[in-house]
Amino acid sequence: MLFARAGSKENIVVRGARVLDPVQGVDAVLDVRIDDGVIAALGSGLDTNSHRVIDADGLLLAPAFVDPHVHLRTPGREDEETIASGTAAGAAGGYCAILAMPNTDPVVDSAATLGALVDTARAEAEIAVGFLAAITKGHGGSELTEMGELAEAGAAGFTDDGVPVTSAGLMRRALQYGSLTGRRLALHCEETTLSRSGQMHEGEVSAELGFTGYPSVAESLMVERDLALAAYERQPLHLLHLSAWESVQALRRARGEGVQATGEVTPHHLCLTDEAVRSLDPNVKMNPPLRSASDRTALIEGLKDGTITAIATDHAPHARHEKDVPFEAAPFGVTGLETAFAALYTRLVEPGVVPLETLLERMSAGPARAYGLDEPKISVGAAANLVLLDLNGTYRVTAESFRSRSVNSWLLGQTVKAKVRATIAAGRLAFSS
Amino acid sequence: MTADIRVMREDLRPPARPPRRHFISIKDVTRDDIERLLATARTFERSLEREVKKLPTLKGRLVINVFYEASTRTSSSFELAAKRLSADTMSIKSSGSSVEKGESLKDTAITLGAYDPDVIVIRHPQIGAPNLVTRVTEAHIVNAGDGKHQHPTQALLDLYTMREELGRLEGLHVAIVGDVLHSRVARSLIQALALTGAHVTLVGPPALLPRGIEAMGCEATTDIGAIAAADVVYVLRMQRERMQEGANYVPSLREYTARWGVTPERVRPGQKVMHPGPMNRGVEIDPRVADHADALIETQVRAGLVTRMAVLYDLLTTGPVGVKNETALEVA
Repeated sequence: MLFARAGSKENIVVRGARVLDPVQGVDAVLDVRIDDGVIAALGSGLDTNSHRVIDADGLLLAPAFVDPHVHLRTPGREDEETIASGTAAGAAGGYCAILAMPNTDPVVDSAATLGALVDTARAEAEIAVGFLAAITKGHGGSELTEMGELAEAGAAGFTDDGVPVTSAGLMRRALQYGSLTGRRLALHCEETTLSRSGQMHEGEVSAELGFTGYPSVAESLMVERDLALAAYERQPLHLLHLSAWESVQALRRARGEGVQATGEVTPHHLCLTDEAVRSLDPNVKMNPPLRSASDRTALIEGLKDGTITAIATDHAPHARHEKDVPFEAAPFGVTGLETAFAALYTRLVEPGVVPLETLLERMSAGPARAYGLDEPKISVGAAANLVLLDLNGTYRVTAESFRSRSVNSWLLGQTVKAKVRATIAAGRLAFSS
Repeated sequence: MTADIRVMREDLRPPARPPRRHFISIKDVTRDDIERLLATARTFERSLEREVKKLPTLKGRLVINVFYEASTRTSSSFELAAKRLSADTMSIKSSGSSVEKGESLKDTAITLGAYDPDVIVIRHPQIGAPNLVTRVTEAHIVNAGDGKHQHPTQALLDLYTMREELGRLEGLHVAIVGDVLHSRVARSLIQALALTGAHVTLVGPPALLPRGIEAMGCEATTDIGAIAAADVVYVLRMQRERMQEGANYVPSLREYTARWGVTPERVRPGQKVMHPGPMNRGVEIDPRVADHADALIETQVRAGLVTRMAVLYDLLTTGPVGVKNETALEVA
């Protein structure tokens, strides 16, 4: 389900880091020895043999991150991102695995298109990448894709992300048939008759700025529908990029009633509100839009209490000239792979809003579990998927700093804390600075 | 010898270019700014009563008007305002320009910026267009309307009209009637009236009163009867060109007119009626109201000229110095 280019497995000793894996219950200053890409020993004063030594005194070593929601723009818009550039960006952000969405040109709705992506990933992906395939052909919302064949060809899940599955009847059929594949259905929840032409969250800010509103209920109505269908069919599903208080409430209630539903939230929805749109900066325009302060609070609460188990960047690269237009003319989407941890650490962990352990879990084991992927973990015998973080390192986010081909980040020009110093993905040193 | 000359010439050099100032949103200005602009406009109104109406104030300055949307009042008044102040002017319309060849706003702005204009006046159908132009040119930017966002010079001319006709703004009660949702005029005017201490009531069909609009400092009601208490009834254009197909904001224009049209029966004598134009007679405003002596619509057009002169003057000078002194202007 995950693909990367083959590379030599490393022999490394990471010396003296604070090793923190909240799932494994590890939190101590330790050496970590990696033999041939596998964690071989945890302890103090470990023998380095002829291993490469990374002196990590004062740094934090944690399970590397998993991003369940990335747009790699390939095929079709390789000027915006490629598998090579997107996975390099992921490595720089501390990720060992990412999942790519199928709303490309053409849409990933056939084994042939998927096969070409898998081949490319095997040749050039710096970290593991999985590909979701479409639920409906061409994302047209009327005909199911050949999910069985797509799963056999390596699809990591199914989604029409970018657009909702409008028909409730078809959604039901997708849940029924999709269950045969053992892969998760991931849903973009939007009632488009309510969100049509919407540029930002409907509320006091949109009223003042004059933008057509995209109300919270456009999302939560569809969330409620899909949860009801999942409950009825007794099938699991995953809710993409939740933004509204009502959606969090609905997911919490459904999970409480035993529905196998998971949800994700983006760094920008956790850090910003619709007040940010007053800048008219096209880099705070995305779908779903930034919502009110109470929505943001509900998302944070949902993240903390485990209603929302995954943080997803929804990394959406756009060409410079397409974002260098008036807000209203700009496409939806912002990048996030390279800044997610720093943004969340700076805005949520440092001020004491979210514990560091929670953030680490929701960026790694949480998203892996939602899609049935192996959870990165720090224990002897596990593949080395590790991120080395300097929590005191501050830096200014600039357009030049990105490995992504696109620079449409909402953090441009801002100073953030917490730097990724190294990423070890599947036993390979994928990034170091 | 030459050194002496240079020293003597120092004070003859043009003063350093003032820091860039823009007029994009009423949100960006203070009550003092508004008072200063209104006072300047009044000074210009006096000057226009003279036989020779042209002032040398902005001689040698370049004002470029860029209009991406149709406009009669705003574009003509900006152009005349610049000419009355002796500035050089250029007017670009999207039809017949490179815009038709698909040139982006950014590139058009950079192209015009290469002529080193002092002011670019821009109207554009998209919110945020003037902000983009500030990022790619060195000119002072005046927003002549950006999408549904702002139309700050319209608000200024409306304040000017109200103050001239009613003698005050503080405590004035203004009812704004109609399609608030799609109206940049309404947004600028609500903010400007709130800033100057007036009381605003919005009246219209539920779907055309944006959710959350009260936070701007006004009341909102669907009851047309609420206009009776106002000193001024400000009628918004029913923006048919912005009505999306099948959006069903109101069932029909006929139903709109029956319930929210400003008719002689709904206004009382002495109540002033304003409209930003262009009017849809028989839709949002009854022709008998539009043509009545209490209607200030033509006054608004005249106010548009002097307030836009004031805006251009204000942006290109360092501020209130000498503005309230009529003679100072003449020698400027």
